[in-house]
Amino acid sequence: MRALLCFLLALLLVQPVLAQTALPPAPYADRQLDDPAQEKKARDLMLTIRCLTCQSQSIADSNASMAGDLRSEIRQRIAAGEEPEHIRQWLIERYGDWISYEPTADPILWPLWGLPILLLIVGGLIAMGRIRRRGKKGDGA
Amino acid sequence: MKSGWLLWLPLALFAALGALFLGGLLHPEERVITSKMIGKPLPAFTLPQAASDRPALVSAEFAQGKPRLLNIFASWCVPCAAESPQLMALAQAGVPIDGIAIRDAREDVDAFLARWGNPYSHIGLDARSSVQIALGSSGVPETFLIDGQGRIVFQHVGDIRAEDVPGIIAKWKAAQ
Repeated sequence: MRALLCFLLALLLVQPVLAQTALPPAPYADRQLDDPAQEKKARDLMLTIRCLTCQSQSIADSNASMAGDLRSEIRQRIAAGEEPEHIRQWLIERYGDWISYEPTADPILWPLWGLPILLLIVGGLIAMGRIRRRGKKGDGA
Repeated sequence: MKSGWLLWLPLALFAALGALFLGGLLHPEERVITSKMIGKPLPAFTLPQAASDRPALVSAEFAQGKPRLLNIFASWCVPCAAESPQLMALAQAGVPIDGIAIRDAREDVDAFLARWGNPYSHIGLDARSSVQIALGSSGVPETFLIDGQGRIVFQHVGDIRAEDVPGIIAKWKAAQ
């Protein structure tokens, strides 16, 4: 009984291990800019920048410290008058296209842009064939 | 029937997709994000002092004719502690190493260095990861080799293992 009590008391002493930093988050990591138009610009950009720590999240969605630092950096730059696309280019220069969720016009992505048009043409052809066939049936009846 | 093969198309597509997913499961994509700054000059920065007994770090330190290692670390980072014996070995082999402590506090850096050893000549504090981002570094620990002209020539992502040490020394010598 006494041993059990000791064990339970010892459990209370357990501290969670620090996985990340003890430093408070960067000033604009979780604070919006005062100007709503600027905040919207920053937010739209943050939704399309990939988090380096949690690689399938945008930095707007991620709780990782590095995502917070990047959000703060983006908000401060937008507040200083920098254009979102300029910041995106600056990040791509450092991390490659990988960092941006916005598709580019690079040749490797041409199928992505071309596929909807191709599907529309194929769909149109199928529909046209059906309509014609139905029309012929109608003539025959 | 002329379009009999069309009947099998959905199944064939399903099988192809299944094979794709299986391939992805068995051979997951490499998740290491390397910096695109290799071959480019080190971004200019001035960082405050991170540890009590080492001077602060400015980027001008790196363009003085001798190649140096720039190690990105943090006191809260476990793999950084694991790589410290290798950094000590590199320092003992004569490789100059400067450090950047990410999102850190001076007392924590002091305690970390007292416990794991201090291979650094200068240590700068990057409290908001801004220099880390400017370097195209995606985490801790990472190590960059900067040549005597202040150009980034090599990046090692993740902790330096014992087997990586000879290669890094060779790259440092080659950058002389």
